[in-house]
Amino acid sequence: MKLAGARILLECLKLEGVDTVFGYPGGTVINIYDELYSFPEIRHILPRHEQAGVHAADGYARASGKVGVAIATSGPGATNTVTGIATAYMDSIPIVVITGQVPTALIGNDAFQEVDIIGITRPCTKHNFLVKNVKELAEIVKKAFYIARTGRPGPVLIDLPKDVQVAITEFKYPDKIEMRSYKPTVEGHVKQIEKAAAMILAAKKPVLYVGGGVILGNAYDELRQLAETLHAPVTTTLMGLGSFPEDSPLSLGLLGMHGTYYANMAVTHCDLLVAVGARFDDRVTGKIPAFAPHAKIIHMDVDPTSIRKNVRVDLPIVGAVHGVLDKLLKILEEHSDGVESFKAAVQPWLDEIEGWKAKHPLSYKESAEVIKPQSVIRKLRELCDPDAIIATDVGQHQMWTAQFFTFTKPRTLLTSGGLGTMGYGLPAAMGAQAAFTERQVIAICGDGGFQMNLQELATLVQNKLPVKICIMNNNYLGMVRQWQELFFGKRYSQTVMDLPIDFVKLAEAFGATGFTVTKPEEVAETIRKGLATPGPVIMEFKIAREEQVLPMVPAGASLNEMVLAS
Amino acid sequence: MRHTITVLVENEFGVLSRVAGLFSGRGFNIDSLSVAPTNEESISRMTIVTRGDEQILEQITKHLNKLIDVIKVFDFTDGSAIEREIALIKVTAEDADRAEVLRIVDIFRANVIDVTPKSYTIEVTGAPSKIDAILELLRPLGLKELVRTGPVAIVRGAKGWKG
Repeated sequence: MKLAGARILLECLKLEGVDTVFGYPGGTVINIYDELYSFPEIRHILPRHEQAGVHAADGYARASGKVGVAIATSGPGATNTVTGIATAYMDSIPIVVITGQVPTALIGNDAFQEVDIIGITRPCTKHNFLVKNVKELAEIVKKAFYIARTGRPGPVLIDLPKDVQVAITEFKYPDKIEMRSYKPTVEGHVKQIEKAAAMILAAKKPVLYVGGGVILGNAYDELRQLAETLHAPVTTTLMGLGSFPEDSPLSLGLLGMHGTYYANMAVTHCDLLVAVGARFDDRVTGKIPAFAPHAKIIHMDVDPTSIRKNVRVDLPIVGAVHGVLDKLLKILEEHSDGVESFKAAVQPWLDEIEGWKAKHPLSYKESAEVIKPQSVIRKLRELCDPDAIIATDVGQHQMWTAQFFTFTKPRTLLTSGGLGTMGYGLPAAMGAQAAFTERQVIAICGDGGFQMNLQELATLVQNKLPVKICIMNNNYLGMVRQWQELFFGKRYSQTVMDLPIDFVKLAEAFGATGFTVTKPEEVAETIRKGLATPGPVIMEFKIAREEQVLPMVPAGASLNEMVLAS
Repeated sequence: MRHTITVLVENEFGVLSRVAGLFSGRGFNIDSLSVAPTNEESISRMTIVTRGDEQILEQITKHLNKLIDVIKVFDFTDGSAIEREIALIKVTAEDADRAEVLRIVDIFRANVIDVTPKSYTIEVTGAPSKIDAILELLRPLGLKELVRTGPVAIVRGAKGWKG
């Protein structure tokens, strides 16, 4: 059947199972939008800034496990997507971003609304494509989705010139795609996995260090089985929260710069560190020479570049973690005696960890006069749905959420870990709500981050996305202020945002509902009311102004040199 | 340590930029780079000379392999390959020096490809070390201009890269 490029694009998206896209029209995508006008199979959500559109596609992908899709026009539309793309790239989130481009004859001519988006996004996409001929469009879309979702997932950009959208060709969607230059390793090497089993059973002080890869690879059931079979303690990175239930006695919570005392001590003193789908990021390791100094390290990851990049590894296993853990579990099944004696040998280690948990649990000073952000997080957890999806923005509130919320299910925390993008929270929640119209979706934002994409209140109201937004307002750029307090003699340079904003009026201006609370005794009631109110809701919590996120491993220090809450 | 890496890539728009961007973005250095199509037109071959220790080389190789357009990466540092490079050298030469230049050209089996009363332009082909050697001898006589291609490399024996 002969179709125009713009129509072919939509047909390809449909065949890839896409039912929702986030996009913003413009001159070089107006043909696509004309086709969308009579394409009921795809739901289109219009954000109010392309950055928010990409964050929404990202949130959609993290919550659902599907590939998120965003559309933007050329020039400024395309450049507005870059932060969103880089956010997805750093956290390995599968999205496909389609940008319009000026007609092929004008490329390189400084045409109106022309940018070299391929050049600009080369370092922050898993791959990108410029479609020069409508005949290659269908195959490129197929490749884009394949690349986005396989191996280590990541964002893929398709730059689509206007004349290619108008050109007509015979449409045929390829059944399969095979790329001689891209064959991600899926199966871990059996011999390596056998060695891993042996190393594990010989350990006396093991720790499972679990990252976002376990969630991206849908390997959380296997991970839980492994931890429970072995009775081994589990610590997760920010990206791994939810992959292992934090209410399990084996959970050590978050590790790293703002991780728990007991997680960081366990890693520092362990004799075997099993890294599963994690990349030894600097927020996790602290000073590398002092990281897990007594441990042998097993590293399971689908991406070989992460292995031995920062930390020396004793046993690398390249492969999709789902399959690797599966094989490992089968091997351990055949060594049930070994597992039993392992569990007995490890008991003193578990006791030592309990000692650390008792010595320095996560704590904060409760107050009757001023709202403590940590208590808001705890209250929120108590009162929200058990399968609520939480999106956070970036900063102190993000760390308090990671520490105090207690995540028990995968794909319930959407947070910008690698890039740390302020302004992520609200649009990501928007994307998750679009994926799960019936679930409770809550965005937790600081006052700074909220203001970066507050225009999306319009999108929430227009599309009936009933996201509940909790603004933790301390009138500061909190995390930077904390650093200025600890390391720069309290010189709060440009981190004071003490303009009193009426968030209730702001919510109502867009057609949403707003609540504000200053007294600690009114927090629970506000949360109850807010969560029960239909439609998008803002709940502003005027929290203690100079609260610190603790523990903290200062930059350049090792994990066991934490600044602790007194 | 100096490493010669050969990368086979899809002959797609932007591939050179991708590889160069990878090196610059990650702080790996490129001493020289040569690229051209292979006997299969859809595949191009890049030869890159870089410097770094074992860990850097491992990272470079892994990151190159990770690029979607890269088909295969070979590290030819172990000496299993033949390397050749071309240099075009413009030497100033007057009076007594002129004979010396010609003697050096003869010793290295190079060719004079241009001559003026004050200069010779020399073409020399060989392993990078041979090029370095002739340059050492010509330098005291007066190097006006030097153009090097950077090496290309091919494995010894009967097998091609596919086997």
